Amino acid sequence: MSMPSVSSAASAPQAPEGGREITLGQAIREALAEEMRRDPRVLLLGEDVAEAGTPFKVLSGLVEEFGPERVIDTPISEAGFTGIGVGLAMTGMRPVVDIMFGDFLTLAMDQIVNQAAKVHYMSGGKLKVPLVVRTTLGATRRSAAQHSQSLHAWFSHVPGLKVVLPSTPYDAKGLLKTAIRDDNPVLFFEDKMMYQLKGLVPEGEYTIPFGVADIKRRGSDLTIVATSSMVQVALAAAADLEQLGISAEVIDPRTTSPLDKQTLIESARKTSRVIVVDEGYQSYGVTAEIAAVINEGAFYYLDAPVKRLGALDVPVPFSPVLEDLTVPTPAAVVEMAKILCGRA
Amino acid sequence: MVSEHITSSGERPLTADEAMRTRERQFWLGLYEQMLTIRLFEEQVNELYMSAKMPGLAHLYSGEEAVAVGVCAALRRDDYITSTHRGHGHCLAKGAAVDRMFAELLGKQPGYCRGKGGSMHIADQESGNLGANAIVGGSAGIATGAALSCKRRGSGQVVVCFFGDGALGQGLLYEAMNMAALWQLPVIYVCENNLYNEYTPNRETTAGDMLARPRAFGIQTEEVDGQDVRAVYAAAVRLVERARRGEGPAYLHCNTYRFYGHHVGDIQRGYYRSREEEEWWQAQRDPLKLLSSWLREQGLVEERHFTEIERRARALIEAGVRFALEAPYPDPQEVTQHVYA
Repeated sequence: MSMPSVSSAASAPQAPEGGREITLGQAIREALAEEMRRDPRVLLLGEDVAEAGTPFKVLSGLVEEFGPERVIDTPISEAGFTGIGVGLAMTGMRPVVDIMFGDFLTLAMDQIVNQAAKVHYMSGGKLKVPLVVRTTLGATRRSAAQHSQSLHAWFSHVPGLKVVLPSTPYDAKGLLKTAIRDDNPVLFFEDKMMYQLKGLVPEGEYTIPFGVADIKRRGSDLTIVATSSMVQVALAAAADLEQLGISAEVIDPRTTSPLDKQTLIESARKTSRVIVVDEGYQSYGVTAEIAAVINEGAFYYLDAPVKRLGALDVPVPFSPVLEDLTVPTPAAVVEMAKILCGRA
Repeated sequence: MVSEHITSSGERPLTADEAMRTRERQFWLGLYEQMLTIRLFEEQVNELYMSAKMPGLAHLYSGEEAVAVGVCAALRRDDYITSTHRGHGHCLAKGAAVDRMFAELLGKQPGYCRGKGGSMHIADQESGNLGANAIVGGSAGIATGAALSCKRRGSGQVVVCFFGDGALGQGLLYEAMNMAALWQLPVIYVCENNLYNEYTPNRETTAGDMLARPRAFGIQTEEVDGQDVRAVYAAAVRLVERARRGEGPAYLHCNTYRFYGHHVGDIQRGYYRSREEEEWWQAQRDPLKLLSSWLREQGLVEERHFTEIERRARALIEAGVRFALEAPYPDPQEVTQHVYA
């Protein structure tokens, strides 16, 4: 076992000097407001997005600045207003549709999967759908089985869609601005437990490209690939592992479609051991795909099979005692890492 | 397709009355020619399919021509439509070219979608066609969103959402109509009630009064004989101009009939509708016959007009098919193009 390397939490595109500390929710709001000021074609629609600012208060203040013509409260009709978003996008607007809980995406599946994702291809490249669907994922909010799922794998499976999973305020702002400027339908998943997470965000304009993973922490013994709030879980685990003399590298793909395979494979080749952590259901999920990518790209460099930690394959239970068992934790990542590194 | 060159050959200047009758004749003959072109197009599609030259599925529009032609005649070129799996008629009536349509149906490179869409997904943004949709009722949201876009941009455009009576079973339609009514959007929902949801009579699938459904949202609702292109056109003009003035959405219920089966392979239809019923509609309620009879009764046309139109339409179809049959298939490398913009 090598000695722990110098593990700086910083990686290339972190917040530069002069950044302020704001929450992830504020970062989302800033991104939307800046893009709406920049481009009159950008408009928001969804349930309780105007005066209510959504139940998470992420959109507070936007209707006051941009008016009800651009911040549009809809009926509780996810399929209908997502379809309206597709039609807006096909005819010159750049809508951002708000699906309050990711679980409600099921109601809009046809509009996203059969319509938005396929219009560009089916039309031979003539029509475009620059649509952003903002939604949430994540359990442990005591909201039970229909308000707690992380369904981003479903959309990562569909060609024509892009899928974004920010894990910090800095990433959230830069990625959302990129999503709004993208000419394709983009699913933007925010972990509802992270809206109060604080981080440094620069004052000035910036965007973050899709398909570029971020190394959230450098290490040499083990790679932990993690998405969304699982990045925080992975960083906490890495800190604990450092105490045990295990140097963990934490990589955040930031987008699962497109996926930065190269960065994942390079890290796996370097460390030879990989754990993939994601809050979606483990079976047939993001962890499986990333593990396959690494197996194909780094097989001869691996000392052990790629390990996976996803949500337990059960409907999310209500009782806190049960619910907490369904989500990957830093302790579970540490245990798995110790086994991989021969420290168990 | 409007037959500009059929004009009176009189030598003295036309009187005002004669000039008006000439314009009237030209207009209705133009619509007749469009309907005939769609009819011949679909007969050709049937032949291509039966002779195994066309892959996949085709849902023929024959019998319903007056709806697409009557409605689209009330639209500007930059107005939008959304179409259905039974959409060839909508595409042609909105201004698509026969040759590129055939090319798309055969999966050829010069097709409207480079062969990637096929019969059920033809889109042509240049003529305002946002695309046919193979999900029943699937374009209700898109059409309504396009209408919101028109309103936001202040473009004066309107949107027509074509769908069949089968779509009355889809919840999306009602979600979309509700928002169109709330926000007073310039969209006209045109229901082609051809009596059958695929292979099932709609009396078995659709409860209550169909027209009460849009009316429940406060949407201006009209019912029309969908075999009478003059009636369809008159209603469409009323509703389109109303929408263009900002007076909100409308619903036009067109009673019509599908001369062929649900798709070209649906040949044995006795278990859901009778041969007598089909023969009655074809003999008594053919939109082409209804319009030509009226034009003759009015003394607006001579037989040579019909002969000339038929000759021209057949030539157009023939050239279009030849173009498509001779056209190249897409290059294999195109398979991964256009997944993302």
